[in-house]
This record gives sequence, C-alpha cells and structure tokens, in this order.
Amino acid sequence: MKIAHPHSRRTRAAGAVVVLGILLLILVGSFFRAQVVRGTAWALQSDSNRLRVLPVPAPRGTLFDRYGRIIADNVPSYSVSLFPAAVDSVAVSLERLQPVLGLSEERVESLMETFRRNRRQPLLVKMNLSTEELARLEELRSEFAGVFLEMRPRRRYIGGEALGHVMGYLGEVSGAELESPRFAGYEQGMIVGKDGLERQYEGRLQGRAGVRFAEVDAVGRIVGSFQGQAARPARPGDDLHLNLDLELQRYIHEIFPAGMRGAVVALNVEDGGVLALYSAPSFDPGEFVGGIDRAKWQALNEDPALPLYNRAVIGRYPPASTWKLASAAIALEQGVITPGEFMPEPCHGSYRFQGVTRRCWNPQGHGHLNLAGAIAASCNVYFYQMGIRVGLERMVEEGSRIGFNQPCGVDLPQETAGDFPDGLDWWQRVYRYRPAENEVMSIVIGQGPNAQTPLKMAQFFLALGRGGSAPAPRLFQETGEGAPEVEVAWELDLAPESVDALQEGLRQVMSAGTAFRSQVEHWEVIGKTGTAQHSGNPDRPHAWFAGLAGSWGGEMEIAIVVIVEEGMSGSSMAAPIAAKAADFHLRQKHGVPLSEIQTVAEHQAAGIPTPWAWNRMAAEPRPGPDDPEPSQSGEPGAEPGAEPAAEPGTGVPPRR
Amino acid sequence: MTWFRRWAGDPPLVGIALALSLFGIAMIYSAGVLNVPSPVVERAWQRQFMWLGVALVGFTIVSRIPGRWIEWGSLPVYLVGLVALAAALAVGTGAGPAESVGRWISLGPIRFQPSEVAKLAAILGLARYLSSREEGPSSLRELVLPSLVVGVPLGLVVLQPDLGTALAFVGVLFAVLYWAGTPPLHLLLLASPGFALILSFDTRVWSAYFIVLLVAVYLLRFRLYLVESAAVVLANLAAGTVALPVWNSLADYQKNRLLVFLDPGMDPRGAGWNLIQSKVAIGSGGLFGKGFTEGTQKRLDFLPEQHTDFIFSVVGEELGFVGATLVLVVFGLLLLRLVQLAERTADPFAGLVLFGIFGVWLVHIFINVGMTVGIVPITGIPLPFLSYGGTFLVTCWALTGLAVRMAREE
Repeated sequence: MKIAHPHSRRTRAAGAVVVLGILLLILVGSFFRAQVVRGTAWALQSDSNRLRVLPVPAPRGTLFDRYGRIIADNVPSYSVSLFPAAVDSVAVSLERLQPVLGLSEERVESLMETFRRNRRQPLLVKMNLSTEELARLEELRSEFAGVFLEMRPRRRYIGGEALGHVMGYLGEVSGAELESPRFAGYEQGMIVGKDGLERQYEGRLQGRAGVRFAEVDAVGRIVGSFQGQAARPARPGDDLHLNLDLELQRYIHEIFPAGMRGAVVALNVEDGGVLALYSAPSFDPGEFVGGIDRAKWQALNEDPALPLYNRAVIGRYPPASTWKLASAAIALEQGVITPGEFMPEPCHGSYRFQGVTRRCWNPQGHGHLNLAGAIAASCNVYFYQMGIRVGLERMVEEGSRIGFNQPCGVDLPQETAGDFPDGLDWWQRVYRYRPAENEVMSIVIGQGPNAQTPLKMAQFFLALGRGGSAPAPRLFQETGEGAPEVEVAWELDLAPESVDALQEGLRQVMSAGTAFRSQVEHWEVIGKTGTAQHSGNPDRPHAWFAGLAGSWGGEMEIAIVVIVEEGMSGSSMAAPIAAKAADFHLRQKHGVPLSEIQTVAEHQAAGIPTPWAWNRMAAEPRPGPDDPEPSQSGEPGAEPGAEPAAEPGTGVPPRR
Repeated sequence: MTWFRRWAGDPPLVGIALALSLFGIAMIYSAGVLNVPSPVVERAWQRQFMWLGVALVGFTIVSRIPGRWIEWGSLPVYLVGLVALAAALAVGTGAGPAESVGRWISLGPIRFQPSEVAKLAAILGLARYLSSREEGPSSLRELVLPSLVVGVPLGLVVLQPDLGTALAFVGVLFAVLYWAGTPPLHLLLLASPGFALILSFDTRVWSAYFIVLLVAVYLLRFRLYLVESAAVVLANLAAGTVALPVWNSLADYQKNRLLVFLDPGMDPRGAGWNLIQSKVAIGSGGLFGKGFTEGTQKRLDFLPEQHTDFIFSVVGEELGFVGATLVLVVFGLLLLRLVQLAERTADPFAGLVLFGIFGVWLVHIFINVGMTVGIVPITGIPLPFLSYGGTFLVTCWALTGLAVRMAREE
C-alpha cells in the first residue's frame, strides 16, 4: 500500500494537521467573537435573563393627630403577584391560583383585564394574604412558575369608622387618573388616595417606590435577591401632623346618635385647625385596603344614608336660627345697630313690613329686646327690624363677602360652596323676578335661598370666637420652619364690644335659654340652636347647634357645629352633642379627668345636683323660655322665593 | 512513573485523555451546582467517576489485545456492530432527554448504545478493507465499497434517528479514506452530494453550485471515468432534488434544530432556547469566565443538558475565553498525537485505525463545541471525555486503548 511509504505519510499527516488546525481556529475564533468581542452584550443579556425587576412599594406616610397620636400607619402584609408573561400563561397561573386563594371568577376576569392593559408590569393578584393562604402558597411554590410573594406595607387606620370621611380611602389608580397630569409618573397598579386626606395629600403621602432585582431560574422561580446591582430603596411617604384630635373624633363618633345622619365640625379657635370633622353615617377606610370587594362597595354606594358622602363639607342645610348671628354681625359691622340698642318695635308676636306680616316663633311676643336678648330669645321680630335697617342688597352683599356662597378652603378634595345670593340680580338669574325689599325678613333669620355646609357655619362661629376674622380651616398642621402664618380668609370689621354682645347673646342661650340643659361644669359653652325645616320631610326638621367653648373667663378655644338630620330639636338633639364634644376636648386639653356625666341633663338624669348651672342662670339678667323653637314660623309660601330651603338645602345630598 | 509508561503504552496520548476525563468530572460536578439542585445532575460526577474506572479497565484490556487479533477480529466486530444497530432499531429504548429515540439496548443490567460500538466497528471494518488492498483508492469507483462499509451502519444510525452520530461515521469515512491515500479531489467529489443537499435549501444557490460542479467535472474529464463523472453529476442532481422529501422525512426536532440554527430568534422559548441560552452563557463568560461552579446561567438552570451535550457551555461560562481556548488546545494536542502516531507506524491497518479514531473525535469535538457557540446546528452529540455518559466514556477510552495498541504495530 502506497500510504505505508514514510514520505507519503509525512505529507498526509501534514495535511491532516492543517485541517485540524483550521477547524480548531474556527472554534477558537467563534469563542473569541462570542466571549471577547460581544461578551458585554451577552453578559447584559445574561443579567436580564436571570434578573427580574420588582417594584418595592413605598410605605405611605404616617398621619399623626395634634397630640402625636398615630391616626394611620402601615403594617406588614403579604401579597402574591405574577411576573409578566404571555397572556396564556398568566391565565393558566391564575386558574391554578384560583382555588388556593379563593378568587372569584369575576376577580380572575378583572385581573386578566388589568394584565391585558399593561403586560409589562407584574400583576398583583391578591394582597393581605392570610397565614393559611401564605402557607399553602409556600408549599406549592415550586409548582407555580412566575408567582412571587412579597411583603408590602398595608395601610392601617387607627380611627376606623370615626375617621372615615377625613381619611378618605385608598384604591388602585384608575385609567382616567393615570391620564391626568396630577398622576404624572404613576404606574398602573399603584395604590393611591381616592378621597379625604389620602387624596388631598396623595403627592406627599405616596413616597417613591423602590426597585429590587430578584434572581430567577429558567422557569421563573425567584431563587434569591441579586446583589450585583444596587437596588433603589423605596422612599416612604412624608409623615403628616394633623390638627385633628383623634380621641375627640372617636368620642364624637361614639356619642353621635346611632342611626342618625348628620355632621360635626370642631375647629381650634387659635389657628383654625380642624379638631374634628365627622359625618354620619361613616365607613371604615380599612375595608378599602387591599381592594374592597364588589358587594361591599355596592352596599356603600347604594345605601340611602349615603355613608360615603361627607356631610360636613359637602352637605348643605338651611342654617335657620344659627344664621341670626351672621345677620347680627353684618348689622353691627355696617353700624346700623349698636349692641345695647333696643329695637323700636317691641315683639308682639309678629311684624308687618311693606304689606307683608311675618310672625315670631312665639305668638306671645318677647317685648323689648336688645341684641343679646334677641339672640338668647331667638326673637324674629327684633331681627326683622334689624334686617330692614341693613337692607336686602347690603345684607346679601356682605353675606357674600364673608363667604357664604364660597367654600372655606379646607384641605380636603371636595368641598361645596354655600348657597347664598351674591346680589340682587341673583333672584333674577335663578328665579327670574326682582326681589322685594321685604325678602330681607327671610334672609335675616336664615331662611330663603340660603344653605350652608356645617363647615362653613363652623368657620363663621370660629370668626365670632376670634373677634371677627377666620382663617381657612386646615387639617394639616404645617410644623417647623417655614410653616405659613395663619392666613385669614375673611374678616368682619367688628368692634370688641360688638363681639362681646354677640357672645353674650350666645351665652344667654346656654345659661338661661334654649340650651340650658347642655351646659357643662368646667367650661363655658355658648352657642345658638337652630331647627331647620326642609322640603324633604317637613315634619322632621334638621337640628342645628353652632357655638364656642372655652375656659371660664378666658378666650374661646373651640368652635363647634353640630347638625343632626331630622333631629327635630337643636336644643335637645344637637346642643348636647356639641357640649359633650367640647367638654371632652377641653378636659383632655387642660388635664381635667374625663367623666361620663357632662351636661346638666346628664347630671339630672343621674340625680346629681348642678348648683353651678343655677348660679350662672341667677347671674343672667333675662331668663328666657325653655324652648323657643322652631324658628320656621313665617307663613310658608307667603312670598315667592321665601319658600324655606326649597331648592338648595334640603339636607338630602345629591347622589354622587 | 515507569509504571505509568508501561501501563499507558503511549504516555502523551493517555496522559491527555486522562487529564480531559478528570477535567470532565470536575465540570460535571460544577454542572450539578445549581441554585435549585436536581438530584440527578448533582450526583452525576460521582457516577462519571465510577464510569472512568470502568473505562480505564476497558482501556487496559483493549490496549493489550494483540494487534493481529484486532485485525482478524475486525470483520466479526463489524458484523456484531451492524447486528447491534439493527437490534437497537427493533427493540431499542429511549433514555434521558431523548426518551422517544431508540438508542439504547439493555443486556441484563447493562444498558449501552449500539451506535458507540458501531463506530468502533466501522473504523475496524473500513481499515481492514483498505489495508487489505495493495494500492490506495485512486478513482471514484474504488470509493464505492469503502463508502458502503461505513454507509450501512451510518444508514442504520440515521434511522434511529441520530443525526449527530451519523456525522461521526462520515468523519470516519473521510479521515480513513484520506489516510489511505485517496486524492483530496476525489474526497471532495465524494462529498459533493452532501454539499448539494445542504445548498438545495435555496434553489438559486444550488443552481450556481451545480453549474460550478459541471464545469469542474468537465475540466477533470481526463482524470475521471465517464461513469464516475456521470455518477457525481447524477448524485448531486439527486441530492438537490430529493432534498425536500429528505427534509420531510426528518423528525420534527431535527427540522427544528436545523431551522433554529439558521435563525435562533425564530422560537426563543422552544427550539431556539438551547442555542440562545448556550450562547448567552458562553458570551457572558467573557475573557476569564465567572469562576468554577459560579456560572449564573448554569446555576439558574437556563442551560439545557449542561452535564451532557452542553458541558462546554459550562466551560465557556465559568472559565471564559481563556479556559475554553485552553481546553480546545488540549483537544488539539490529543488529535495531533493521533496524527503523529499514525505517521510513525508503518503498518497500514494501524495507521488507518488511528485516523479513524482521529475522524470520530474531530467530528465530535467540532460539532459539539461548534453547536454550543452556534456555528453548527444542534445535534445531540457528546464531547469526548468531557460529557457525562457511561457508554460514551468507555468507548472513548476503548478507542484510546485501540490507538495505543495500534501505535505499537511495526
């Protein structure tokens, strides 16, 4: 065989080595290209291969009340999510998770809908897993590709139902919200404030979600957190210190008559801070955390009592007699009356002006009264004459200036303005007739086209406690450096003796007038009751109380307004709530031990004598009758447009 | 070290083979270091270690068989190999990732792959045939019988179907024919139908190729018999035209592998997965790699068949370009040593057997390493000495023993 020749073998061997060399060079070359030339690109792909970016939700800011007590904070909770994957595989994963998590068909469908809208984000399947669910998922973890568990901060509301309306509630950011500039930078699935403070201060409370990298294996199971690249930690939302008094708010929730609707607003006289803002019936914002279920949401929305509706800031009610203080303040400011002055016509039970006779609530009449006496007796005849002196035009213009047709500017996402004429042409715009001058007789006693929110009335009484000026009520307490001065929203130009006279009138309402039985032992509570008829149910008028309270002989410290829808009587229904709430707040503030027996009425019921109350009455010059209400004594329908609270303030808020 | 020299017979060859085997066990151990451990892969290195013991015993025996016996035994071994392949087609069972493919035969407790035995059989059979002739093949006609000697087992392997191993037979055929003195031109013409088959996927390319072939045959008209020229042309024509039916006869996974080779992005989650993940693993290894056992792609189970066919991806990821090159250089030395041994021996049979082994290993190394980095299609073919697998390791060492034995022939 030829090949056996050594020379031939050498040639052949050389050829074989050349082929071998070429093939090996091809391989080495390929590796050089893959590992050295394109190495970085592959390394990046290797990272993206095994790393998944997971958002780290930021805990929302903690809310504190004025005494540093926590109102809302966060507790750890576990949630389960799915990595973004093909729609089919997400559907399969959901199907397998369904029995483990007890998801309803609807929920699965809505989750798929959410996922289809944004296929890049991890899909949050369920929050706030129970320990059993957690245990079962951990057991089955290896079977669920792409499923991951994570710890998320869960919102906790300490006040529960007591703070429902103030806190608002949380929910997933909606598609419409994402499109608005307010939510620029937000991503689908983020939890945002939907109402109340949670919405108002969303930007500060939200914080910034962090990012972490999780290392996953070929089937998408998380096998560890990745250390190679610094994850961005979540920045928690800002903590907010509020003017609220958590315990007062809870106390109001406790004493507000069960099953009744209404609102309570308490403001701090010193700075206009909101001490309490309560609307009944309320809801528990905690139920919204982690997604409220459909049935509950529907129940809340369909409840005729409208529990989601914040009556304190959007409910409008005819102010009735509580508004007499506003008329008096305007008259004093305009200089048409002086505090000590008696009206020329004594009250004989009715008053006639421009051919129209309007009655006082007391047909026996009140006789000669000065301002304080008229307030104490709630005498309509005094106010008719006062109103005629001011004149209709001046009355509505001044009322508008004080802001009775404007919102207060409270830091809540929703607030309605009061309903009040801004001038004589208002009647023409709304009712298409020129108002007669005698219309002022309705306006002056809080009737006619006038409906106010409890908050607006509280702001007005706040001004009475502050010598005539009122800032916008604020829930959020700016603290530390750079905190803004208390900004005055509007001012009444009242002489100190005018303020004294108005307060004196309110004082007499308590010490000797309609609200006698709502006095409390340690504090001076002054205020005006009101009973507002409304077209909703004319037999069951709304009960008002608006007043102030403070230490004896000192400045007023708290302005408080209570309305109980269809509460019948301001003095027996609304006044005790206001007095008890004020007493609670002041006891707490000044370190006086709390007591369950607060008002005169409660002392009487418990058989405890109240000499302090009788002493106060003895000191007053003019004891009044026990129950001068209701104030709604005019002839209904006597004049067009005077139909009390026909249109604006039925007290039944519109459905949202 | 004299005992080693005496035992090994050829210390360079055996030393390299031993180094590669031990390195292979280390890489198999590394392949088992996963974040979510798999009990099978985790213990594979221990079984491979055991198999190495068996393989070394096999090597010792084979390297001590008298050369004459081997030459005489070639024909019986060849026939046994064919029978075993036929048996595998009839009663073979699948195993591991290739469950549905009948590549295994059980003899009592022992399971082995007849195709491994058939490789040895083809080498011996072909060497025996060619060495029995006075002259090396100098015409195409003379290549027909040798082609048949390899073609029969090759055909049986393709029927299994095992495309990768079939390519190893092609390697044997060409390497042995080359050493037998076949003119390279004739080898090219022999291979030409294969080129035609590959190029037939694009009609225009195939047409151009066919014209070039016709011109070449015309220019070579004085060196070829007319029948030969006609056969080459017809074979190319046939390969070009039967490509479609052949394509259709391929198993789906084979089609996929070829298609994915052309475009790995075609199906990144399915057939392209292996290739993409292997490329990512190797590419992310960079110059120096991520460190032994530290490969992240491997640890996270992204690498498929990381202890068997894709062991070299682990090498690439963990030891980087430097490590991969070093391993390739060692493989090069192994093959170089075979060439040297063949060059030294005056015995035609011995030289041909050594080149047969050279051909098998060259194909295995080039295709296996090439597929991990994406320059050849993925064919399930293991890497000599490195890949996990008992039969394969024993075969490799048996071939080493054969090489050592042949090298001693005078």
